Amino acid sequence: MVQTDLIKDPHVLTGKLHWGVIPFHDPVVAPVMFAAIFGGLLLVAFITYKKLWGYLWDEWFTSVDHKKIGIMYCIVALVMLVRGFSDAIMMRTHQALSTSDTFGEGFLPPEHYDQIFTAHGVIMIFFVATPLMIGIMNVIMPLQIGARDVAFPFLNSLSFYLFLVGALLINISLFVGEFAAVGWLAYTPLSGIEYSPGVGVDYWIWALQISGIGTTLTAVNFVATILKMRAPGMSMMKMPVFTWTTFCANIIALVIFPILTVAIAQLTLDRYLDFNFFTNDDGGNQMMWVNLIWAWGHPEVYFLVLPAFGMISEVTATFSRKRLFGYVSLIWATIAITILSFLVWLHHFFTMGSGASVNAFFGIMTMIIGIPTGVKLYNWIFTMYKGRVELTASMWWVIAMLITFTVGGMTGVMLSIPANDFMLHNSMFVPAHFHNVIIGGAVYGYFAGFTYWFPKATGVKLNETLGKWSVALWFFGYFFAWVPLYITGFDGMTRRLQYIDNPEWQAYMYIALIGVALIAAGIGTQVFNIAWSLYNRNKPEYKDETGDPWDAHTLEWYTSSPPQFYNFGDVPYITDRDQLLVMKQQGTAYKRPEKYDRIHMPKNTWAGPVLGLLTLPMGFGFVWHIWWMVIASVAAIFACWVKLNFERDKDYYVEVPEVEAIEGGFLKSNEGRSYYFEKNAKYYKKWKPSDQNDSTVVAK
Amino acid sequence: MSSSETGPGGQAHGSVKEYVTGLILSIVLTVIPFYLVMSGTGSDTFTVIAIVVAAIAQVLVQMVFFLHMNGSSEQTWLTVSAVYTVFILLFVIVGSLWIFEHLNHNMLMGH
Repeated sequence: MVQTDLIKDPHVLTGKLHWGVIPFHDPVVAPVMFAAIFGGLLLVAFITYKKLWGYLWDEWFTSVDHKKIGIMYCIVALVMLVRGFSDAIMMRTHQALSTSDTFGEGFLPPEHYDQIFTAHGVIMIFFVATPLMIGIMNVIMPLQIGARDVAFPFLNSLSFYLFLVGALLINISLFVGEFAAVGWLAYTPLSGIEYSPGVGVDYWIWALQISGIGTTLTAVNFVATILKMRAPGMSMMKMPVFTWTTFCANIIALVIFPILTVAIAQLTLDRYLDFNFFTNDDGGNQMMWVNLIWAWGHPEVYFLVLPAFGMISEVTATFSRKRLFGYVSLIWATIAITILSFLVWLHHFFTMGSGASVNAFFGIMTMIIGIPTGVKLYNWIFTMYKGRVELTASMWWVIAMLITFTVGGMTGVMLSIPANDFMLHNSMFVPAHFHNVIIGGAVYGYFAGFTYWFPKATGVKLNETLGKWSVALWFFGYFFAWVPLYITGFDGMTRRLQYIDNPEWQAYMYIALIGVALIAAGIGTQVFNIAWSLYNRNKPEYKDETGDPWDAHTLEWYTSSPPQFYNFGDVPYITDRDQLLVMKQQGTAYKRPEKYDRIHMPKNTWAGPVLGLLTLPMGFGFVWHIWWMVIASVAAIFACWVKLNFERDKDYYVEVPEVEAIEGGFLKSNEGRSYYFEKNAKYYKKWKPSDQNDSTVVAK
Repeated sequence: MSSSETGPGGQAHGSVKEYVTGLILSIVLTVIPFYLVMSGTGSDTFTVIAIVVAAIAQVLVQMVFFLHMNGSSEQTWLTVSAVYTVFILLFVIVGSLWIFEHLNHNMLMGH
C-alpha cells in the first residue's frame, strides 16, 4: 500500500502520508470507513445539539474520580470488543468460504487477512481484556478497601488517556495506511524493516508502547493504593479476595510491562535508526525478541486472569451464602502464581531449539503452575458445596467459567509436555487452547464481575433473563467455535491460514462459523441488556435503592449505588474479612455515626486528557515520519507538564453539612430495612468472625 | 499530585546532596562501559565483565540514592519487594542466559 520511494525519503510536511494510503477503493474497508465517519459526526452533532460538551468535560473527561475513570475504561473496552469481534467474524467467514477450490477462495486477500488476525489479537488482549479488567478494578478495588480514591488520582486519569490513544491509533490504522500483518506479537525478523517496510508495524509499536506505559502507571497506582490506603483495621489477611488478586496482578504488571517497553523500544531503534538488536545479520538475534516478548507475555496472561479469579471468588461466596472456602489457601495460591508465572515463558517456544534439559525444566514448571490454579477451582467448588446457591446471571457466568476453564487447563497441560508441543506447535490446537483459557477463564470471570458490580457502578441492576441468555449463547458458541478447531489442529491444520487446501475440513469450518454466530448473538444480547436495563432504570425491579442488592459480604456494598463521589460518609474499623456481613449481624450497618468529619478530595484536572491525548499526534507523527509533528507534540507535552507542576490548587474539602445532607438521604433509603434478606437470615446468623477458627490470620 | 486522606508514607525523601551524588555516580557508571566499548582498550572478556559489574553497581546506586533503600530501613514491604525484584531479575536474566547458551550450542552459532 505504501509507495516505496517515500520510505527512504519522507516529505518534510506530510512524511510518508499521501492520498494513496487511504483505502477508498477497498470493498471491505471503505464502507466501514464511511460508516465510522458518518456515525462519529452524528454522535458529535447529537452531543452539540444537546449541549452536553460542558457536562462531559466537567463531569467525565477531566474527572479524577476512580469510579468514573473505571466506567470510561469499560465503555471503551466494550466498543473495542465489537471491533475485535468483527475481526473474528471476518476470519471465521473467510475460512469457511476458502476451504479448497470447490468452495471458492474467500473474500479477503492475504495481506488483508494477515492484518485482521494481527489486529484481532492485539485488540482483544490490549484493548478489550486489559481495559475491562482495569475498569472493574478501578471502580471496585478502592471501594472494597474503604478508600476515597486511588493513591494518585491524576495519574489514573493519565493512564486512561494513554490507553485511549493506543486504541485510537489502532482504529486510525484501519483507515489511514495499514496495520501490522505479522501476528499479534510481531515476531522478528518478519516485523523488522527489511521484511515489513510499511507503516503497519509502526502502528503496532506506538499503539502498544503508549498504552503499555499507561498500564505500568496503573500498576504503580493500584499497588500504592492497596498498600497505603486500606481502611483502619484492615490487615492484609482481612482484604477481600478481589483486592488481593488485584494486588498480585498489578505486582506482575509492574515487573513485566517495563520488559515490553524496553523490547519495543529496541525494535523501534531497529526500524527507525538501523540498529541490529533483532535482525538476522550484524550480530542481531531474532530469537532474543521471542524470548523477551514472552518473558512479558506469559506473566501477562496471569495479569489478565488473576483478577478474574478474584471476581469469581466474590460472586461465588455471595451467591452461595457462605464464606469463601479456604481463603488463606486461595491467597497463597495467588501469591505462588505471582512468582511461578515468571518461570514458564519458554513453553511458548519449545521448538526454538534449546534442547532437552531446558525444555524439560520449563515443561515441568508449566505443569507445576497448574497446581495453584487447580487449588482455586476446588476453592470455588467447595464454596458452593452445601451452600445455598442462588443461580443468578453472574452465578451462571461462574459455572460457565468453571467448566470451560477446566477444559482449557487440561489442553494446556497437554501442551506443556515438550514432545506433544513439537506436534502441536503452530497448529490450530494452540489458538483453540488459549481462547479456551482466555475466554473461559478471564472473559467469563470479567462478565461475572461486570454483572455482579454493574448495580454498584450505575445504580441499575441488569436484566437477569437477558443475562442468562447471553451466558448460554456464549457458552455453547464457544464450544461450537473451537472444538472443531481443536480437531483440525490435531489433524495438522496450521494457524493463520488464508487458504485451506483440504476439503475434509470444510464441515469443521462451517460448525465453527455457527459457533461465532452464537457468540455474536451473545454479545448482542449483552449490549441490548445494558441498554434495556439503563432505559428502565427507574422501575423498581431494575433500580438499586439500598446499595446492597445482592445481600453481599464486603465493604463496597456499604455505600449507596452509585457511590457518593467521596465513597463513604464514614469508614468503619475493619474487624473481619466479610466486614459488611459482620456489621449486618451485629446490627451496626447503615447507622448514622456519632459525627461526620470533613472529607479531603482531589480536584478534577485538565492535565489528564490534555497530556494524554497529546501523545496521539506524537505517535501518529512517528508512524508516518512527520518529524515536525513529533517535535511539536513532545514540546507541548513538556510545557503542559511544567505548567501542571506549578499548579497548587489541587484539592478541597467536603464540609460536614454537605456530607450530612448526602448521607442522610442514603440512610433514609435504608431505613426500616432488615439487615439481611429474610431468606438468607438463617444461613448468615450462624457465621462466626473470621479469625475465630483460623489461626493464620494476622492480628492487627 | 496525590491528595489522599491517609497522606504520604513515612519514608525519607533524600537531600540534594544525596541526589547529586547519585547523579554523578550513575553518569560515571554509564560512561565507563561506553568508553570501554568505543575505545576498545580492554580485551573482550574484560569489557563484558566490566559492563556487568557497572550494570549491577548502577542498579544499587539507583536503589540507594534515588529510591532511598538502605539497611536501616525497617519497612517490611521494602524488604519484601526488594527480595521479590531480585528473584524475578534472577529468573529472567539467568533463565535467558541459560536458554541462549543451550540454543547457541544446539544451533551451532558461533562455532
